[in-house]
Amino acid sequence: MALLALRDVDARYGQVQALRGVTLTVESGEIVAILGANGAGKTTTLRAISGTVRRTGTIELDGRSLARCGPERAARLGIAHVPEGRGTFSELSVWENLRLGAHTRRGSTKGDFARVLEYFPWLESRRSQQAGTLSGGEQQMLALARAIMQRPRLLLLDEPSLGLAPLVVSEIFRIVRELNEREGTAVLVVEQNARTSLATASRAYVLEVGAVAYEGASADLRERDTIRRSYLGY
Amino acid sequence: MSRRRLLGPIVAVVTAVVIALLPLTLSNYHRSTGAAVGVFFVAILALNIVTGYTGQISIGHGAFMAVGGYTTAILTHDHGWNSIATMPAAIVFGFIAGMIVGLPALRFSGVYLALTTFAVALAVPQIAKNYPDFTGGTEGLPLPTHSGLWLYTTAWVVAGISFVFAWLLLRGRTGRAFRAVRDSEIAAASSGVSLPVHKTVSFGISAAMAAVAGSVYVLVNNFVSPDVFALQLSLFILIGAVVGGLGSLWGVLVGAAFIELLPLGLTSSGFVSSQLVPVIFGAVVIAVMALVPLGAADLLRRALQFGPQKSQSPEVPLGTEGT
Amino acid sequence: MTARRSTAWIVPTLLLAGCAALLIGSLRSSLFAQQTISGLANGGIYASLAVALVLIYRATEVINFAQGAIATFTTYVAWQLIDWGLAYWPAFICTLAFAFAFGFALELVAIRPVERRGSQLTVVIASIGLLILVEGAVGYIWGNDIRFMPAPFPAHIYRIGGVAFSRQDIATIAISIASVGVLWLLFRFTKLGLAMRAAAVRPEAARLVGIRVSWMLSLGWGLAAVLGAVAGMMAAASPSVLLQPSMMDGILIYAFAAAVLGGLESALGAVIGALAIGVTLNLLGSYVSWITPQLLLPAAFVLMLVVLLVKPSGLFGRTTARRV
Repeated sequence: MALLALRDVDARYGQVQALRGVTLTVESGEIVAILGANGAGKTTTLRAISGTVRRTGTIELDGRSLARCGPERAARLGIAHVPEGRGTFSELSVWENLRLGAHTRRGSTKGDFARVLEYFPWLESRRSQQAGTLSGGEQQMLALARAIMQRPRLLLLDEPSLGLAPLVVSEIFRIVRELNEREGTAVLVVEQNARTSLATASRAYVLEVGAVAYEGASADLRERDTIRRSYLGY
Repeated sequence: MSRRRLLGPIVAVVTAVVIALLPLTLSNYHRSTGAAVGVFFVAILALNIVTGYTGQISIGHGAFMAVGGYTTAILTHDHGWNSIATMPAAIVFGFIAGMIVGLPALRFSGVYLALTTFAVALAVPQIAKNYPDFTGGTEGLPLPTHSGLWLYTTAWVVAGISFVFAWLLLRGRTGRAFRAVRDSEIAAASSGVSLPVHKTVSFGISAAMAAVAGSVYVLVNNFVSPDVFALQLSLFILIGAVVGGLGSLWGVLVGAAFIELLPLGLTSSGFVSSQLVPVIFGAVVIAVMALVPLGAADLLRRALQFGPQKSQSPEVPLGTEGT
Repeated sequence: MTARRSTAWIVPTLLLAGCAALLIGSLRSSLFAQQTISGLANGGIYASLAVALVLIYRATEVINFAQGAIATFTTYVAWQLIDWGLAYWPAFICTLAFAFAFGFALELVAIRPVERRGSQLTVVIASIGLLILVEGAVGYIWGNDIRFMPAPFPAHIYRIGGVAFSRQDIATIAISIASVGVLWLLFRFTKLGLAMRAAAVRPEAARLVGIRVSWMLSLGWGLAAVLGAVAGMMAAASPSVLLQPSMMDGILIYAFAAAVLGGLESALGAVIGALAIGVTLNLLGSYVSWITPQLLLPAAFVLMLVVLLVKPSGLFGRTTARRV
């Protein structure tokens, strides 16, 4: 059974229908990418999964329906959503941001802090710094670190590369791969930057106007010119 | 003209006729009550100009009413003026007061403006208490008595004039400028709408209108004292404006009726002890805010399907051509 | 982000200068010292209520007009418990517990339904409706007659260097500071406090980490009500305040002024603002003859307005560009 399964999911913002019958799956331990142009519904798909937007259709985590779950519940069930804009608590300190990541965890979290510092050792020296004063790349990494604190089963990443320098982007994706290999966390990443995400993900979906236009192995998307050109434009 | 556009004027005429004929069926006491509704109509209309249409929050209109009320009281009591003659004076003083308040208002917005006007509403009665030689102090001043019919007529004539004035003002260039200021100050300024002028003038006009409402109010009560203009008055006017529906001239009538008639109705029905009246009133206000946040005007609009359903907050009111 | 202007040193300097002036004045005149202390005591009462206002404002951007009435209600509950035979301090503690539940319940029943669909303005109107309701409820349940609240501390005067300090005043200052302090500790060091802060600054992001934001709001109202209860009980213990339904109306206004002075988003600012207002008004009342008791209220607001005209975001507010 897939870790995450979406079947015929619709979502709307007021009168505008953002998702039409989206169907996709993510298996345990997989990294899957969602690609597509602006307005295709990529961000809305992640929001539908975490329950941030109202949607209809079937959404199941390990067979368990998420239909009535809001984001708070989704977080408790093991979904960590790093939204567009990172969702950093700018007014709070770096350390407090990390503590918040562990909000849903019971028991001792010392081990979690240690783990996170392995991935991002520089966080230690910036503990008391106000999160809003970090650079864009640092905030993105902080957001990722916060998500790791949650020990999620499924990590939802919305446009992690937005506004960041290429070096920072590859560092972030490297950490995502490491996280996936070491902990077996499944990752669903939404990206406009197809090249980087296809290098990391094993499978990809391409969305167009709120529906799945193509799904397949990333290798196929990368190597087969015809597919790549018609769906990704390069 | 389409049926829709005819409906507005027809309802207006019918309402006017009903209001004109109503006192024939009412006792003297109830006519005074009707006059009070008229007073609140004008006050809420005034508040709407500055809050609903220009987007500047004011919890201080009781103070402007006080300016008008005391003007009328002092002029009739100390100088023997005719009651009606005092009203233009009240308008002038009210306008000045509004411009004075409008000036610091330029610097503030939102919650700070609300609290500034709140402060004004509190300060004015206190100042009145402090200068008893001038204002009669805590004991207040008496006013000439008038019959219920006189009061009713005066109140509603003033209301009618105010309504027409507001309607003409708001559908014209000034009204559009006001709405522009409310919706986006930056956009308004870059379109050449002078912010300082329009914001202070809206306060001035609004205060002038509230002042004349205050004049009639003290005549209805036959009496003026600082307590008449306590904070509660300003709060009630604001409640009336929001319950009626900000940015809507029709809602004003509903709002005025709500704040005057509901408490009165509860008390005189005898079912409810007078102590319980504020509890019920407060509960109703909360319920209205929960169920009909955009006020009665919105309810009316949806019921009669005047326009597309909007789901915005009162801060972005729905009124367009003076409806 | 905080914009640190080069004038950031002005406020702390002014405050230090003010404190120095108070100290010097107190050393030179015993009347000055007495008025300062009782001014601080009044300020302590305003501070508790002001922090309650800030708490709710930070979470919702709404000024809770009913805060004073809620405080009055809980103070009457304290009176009732004592009237039924409970000793003062047990009644105090029970009242705090009741206040928490009361504030929590009010948010749930009266505010949440409004917040769901309404704007800030509708919530403000709802809070005004709540003010009318709660104050009316006090009148309905206990009547409008003035009641007598026994003082927690038998009137005792301490004499230090020829200056008379009332025990009640000292206790009020201590208890007010303590309650605000305990709350501060809660917010800074507990998981729950952190969650509440996160929910207040970024509700959407808070949801994503699993925080139940609406419950945090109810909790906030509960804690605000507790602070209000402290303010109310300290006020009732003061000889110049009578236990009646409109008891907290004036104090609420001073609390507003203090909160705004402090910058609405800062609890520390509210406390300092409150103490400043308390002391300044007391001294003005004693030393400036034309400031009668009626003019104290307008005086507080003139003070507030002057500060705002100079520093629109309050003493400790963030100097962000005004959102137009």
